[in-house]
Amino acid sequence: MKKTSLTAKLVNAPYIVWSILFILAPMIMVVYYALTDRDGNFTLSNLTSLSEYTETFGRSIWYAFLATVICLLLSYPLAYIMARSKASRQRTLMMLIMLPMWMNFLIRTYSWITILNNTGILNTLFEAIGIGRVQMINTPGAVILGMVYNFLPYMVLPIYSVMCKLDQSLIEAAQDLGCNGRAVLKTVIFPQSLPGVISGITMVFVPSVSTFYISQKLGGGKFMLVGDAIEMQFQSAYNYNLGAALSLVLMLMIVICMLIMNRFTDNSEEGAMLF
Amino acid sequence: MKKIISVVLVLALCAGLFALSGCGGTQTVELDTSKLVGNYDVPELRGTEINVYNWGEYISDGSEDTLNVIQAFEDLTGIQVNYTMYDSNEDMYAKMKSGGASYDVVFPSDYMIARMIEEGMLQTIDFANVPNYSYISEDFKDLYFDPDNAYSVPYTGGMVGLIYNTTMVEGTPDSWEIMWDEAYSGQILMFNNPRDAFGIAQFLLGQSVNTTDAAQWQAAADKLIAQKPVVQSYVMDEVFDKMESGEAAIAAYYGGDYLTMADINPDLAFVYPKEGTNIFVDSMCIPANANNKAAAELFINFMCEPEIALANAEYLCYLCPHTAVLEDERYTLRGNEVLYPQQEVKTEYFYNLDRDTQDLLSRLWEQVKLA
Amino acid sequence: MKPKRALSNIYIALIMLFLYAPMLVMVVFSFNGTSSTGVLDDFSTKWYSELLKDSVTLQALSNTLILAVTSSLIAMVLGTAAAVGIHSMKKKWLKTSVLTVTNIPMVNPEIVTGVSMMLLFVFVGRLVGKSDVLGFPTLLIAHVTFSLPYVILSVLPKLRQTDRHLGEAAQDLGCPPVTAFFKVILPNISSGIISGLIMAFTLSLDDFIISYFVSGPKFQTLPIVIFSMTKKKVKPDMYALSTLIFLAVLLLLVLMNIMQARAEKKEKKAQSARL
Repeated sequence: MKKTSLTAKLVNAPYIVWSILFILAPMIMVVYYALTDRDGNFTLSNLTSLSEYTETFGRSIWYAFLATVICLLLSYPLAYIMARSKASRQRTLMMLIMLPMWMNFLIRTYSWITILNNTGILNTLFEAIGIGRVQMINTPGAVILGMVYNFLPYMVLPIYSVMCKLDQSLIEAAQDLGCNGRAVLKTVIFPQSLPGVISGITMVFVPSVSTFYISQKLGGGKFMLVGDAIEMQFQSAYNYNLGAALSLVLMLMIVICMLIMNRFTDNSEEGAMLF
Repeated sequence: MKKIISVVLVLALCAGLFALSGCGGTQTVELDTSKLVGNYDVPELRGTEINVYNWGEYISDGSEDTLNVIQAFEDLTGIQVNYTMYDSNEDMYAKMKSGGASYDVVFPSDYMIARMIEEGMLQTIDFANVPNYSYISEDFKDLYFDPDNAYSVPYTGGMVGLIYNTTMVEGTPDSWEIMWDEAYSGQILMFNNPRDAFGIAQFLLGQSVNTTDAAQWQAAADKLIAQKPVVQSYVMDEVFDKMESGEAAIAAYYGGDYLTMADINPDLAFVYPKEGTNIFVDSMCIPANANNKAAAELFINFMCEPEIALANAEYLCYLCPHTAVLEDERYTLRGNEVLYPQQEVKTEYFYNLDRDTQDLLSRLWEQVKLA
Repeated sequence: MKPKRALSNIYIALIMLFLYAPMLVMVVFSFNGTSSTGVLDDFSTKWYSELLKDSVTLQALSNTLILAVTSSLIAMVLGTAAAVGIHSMKKKWLKTSVLTVTNIPMVNPEIVTGVSMMLLFVFVGRLVGKSDVLGFPTLLIAHVTFSLPYVILSVLPKLRQTDRHLGEAAQDLGCPPVTAFFKVILPNISSGIISGLIMAFTLSLDDFIISYFVSGPKFQTLPIVIFSMTKKKVKPDMYALSTLIFLAVLLLLVLMNIMQARAEKKEKKAQSARL
């Protein structure tokens, strides 16, 4: 047994060194900036001034939550279908899902603007079939659509990869024992796929909360998300201190959200996932 | 077997893309070197390199039968140009400020030049090495950010104006007021950056855009909040698509860019509002930590060659500070009403705001966004 | 079984429509006669010939590919090792804290990661007396760092699914730990590793903000070039380039499928001949 733990340590060492150097060290800089003013003196004013941002934080978390739920609802059946297809089809589908993400983000977003505009493709279509114009661009809906579009693959892939390994005999056993489809899903499939679901939620929710540009381009820039606020502090306002404070609080909030989520999904095996 | 096939195919794809990236750089327009004024045969600089840091899409690059300026300079002088790009003064400033990279030529705007000089980030240019500086129009000398003409060589400029679609707007507007007009609710595009957006409100209110009076800034913010219900969206480069396609009726943007839009949608018209507007100048500067100052000066001199300045002015469609270009028959934008208006336009430069005002501005901008 | 299958095909088709609608817009506008990306004009291939002359863009394209391939491969190896190490950790607090650190690059808004890494690199650069530290190596480090959590999060669920006792059993049967890992564990988690690799590659291809801050004067990537145009206008030859990449990858997928189908047929024939 001693041997394994030594190997584990060896395997772990490069990553731990890497994360101390390139994850923790920059993190310390963020904390340092958040707790100092421009002249480098200790201050809490950056953090206390954040009360103005309550609404921005609330909105960001709410939109990210909605985007995550929609991604999950769209991805779960997709991953299930994928996992039960032929091997070659699986590979093709996986590539097809990732491929759009290889195109530049800005160009993808411009294309969405062209589609959603008041004089855009969808509205032209709607008018032709007599539905009339629907306001789509510059709405919160468009922002959430942008998030779902950009992060969907990061939900599909982890769920798909656990679904591939589902214990087929368990499903058959459950069916033999008279379980209907829904019961099989609830008692057999879902619990087994949970690790993938948790990974997927993390990979969608977390970047969605801190995203920027999407709200500027698809939401018409009429409201700010936390990502936009941070972006502004670091760029046009050139206030690294406030920007760092904002992102520190954002991080804490995400940790809390993830802890709450874990409360609901926690089972003893997965307890190790903090978020 | 299957695996081998896939590996071969992936490799083929990569090879294809690399082949594509290798075939670039075919020059279609040749530079007539006999027309050059300066001397570019400097043996001791041959084989050296310079790092040039410019705005994106801000130099004639060989597309659509234009001259590839960078390549022409490289061919002529044997100096290798490492050309990279940025999209805002602030990004460029952060990169330079970090001290992790050194550049030889940068293209900051007026207020940023003032800030960089103040912080000792620029060095003086030896104008003996830039004889073509004499071509720069007097209007672009002695400007506030470089009163002694020591640090900067103007490259291009422009003014913000009102762009409107004549099929959607009645009459000929002459005031920023129209951007508050409820008749055009939902068809108005506003700048999505605080300084330009506040500028418009401030011109309308008759304030200076460089005021340090907090109450005035607050009044401008209130003005912008009052405008918010009629604004369709706050935009930057999306303005092109939205105005070209008739998605919006009114927008504020840079005059030179209006010319690009009007090419595609001839219904668009342009006006400088009577309350006044912002003028900007982007200049070439040499950072304090430049590694190859002599080559940088050679480059700046080359950029001021009449032939080269003409190519750039044609490509950029922005205001050109070069006297030889302005007199050149071949300059298609000569006397263009948008770039070179006959009537006096009331203008004001942006100054570098002090820290407190900057903080106030960003707080107020967030208030506007939250309203 | 049949109607179910049709249903799942329709579902996949709808998702693909959602993912590929913007791609279609992009392809159409790449053949536009004018420089507009909002108004369609005559059909023209001029942006494709423009692209071939655009040496800055093409250089950036090859830079982007080099960076994406190397960073995703490094992230894959490092991340898989880290996932295995984390999975085998016995102390719960250690596991929790390592996982928390792992998530930081994902939680951090990109601009914060970008700026803080830039500050770190410059700081280290000063220590070793280098004034132009930013360049390909710093880009590579940054890309590996932000890809790592995605690799780890897609490998971990697979490890959880794998029977803990498999590796031990192999070792009890006299396999050295390393061989046990490659022979027994690796095949079980390979699909997770591959999804991680694809995600890392995708993220690297499209990253702009972090790349912007950690890149130097001699190496810029395609997203930096595209975003730098946003003060003026993104040139439509970018649409042409995206279309070319898109079609190339699509062609590759189709070819792979055809070849695989052929290979399978051959195998079947061989089998039936043997029978």
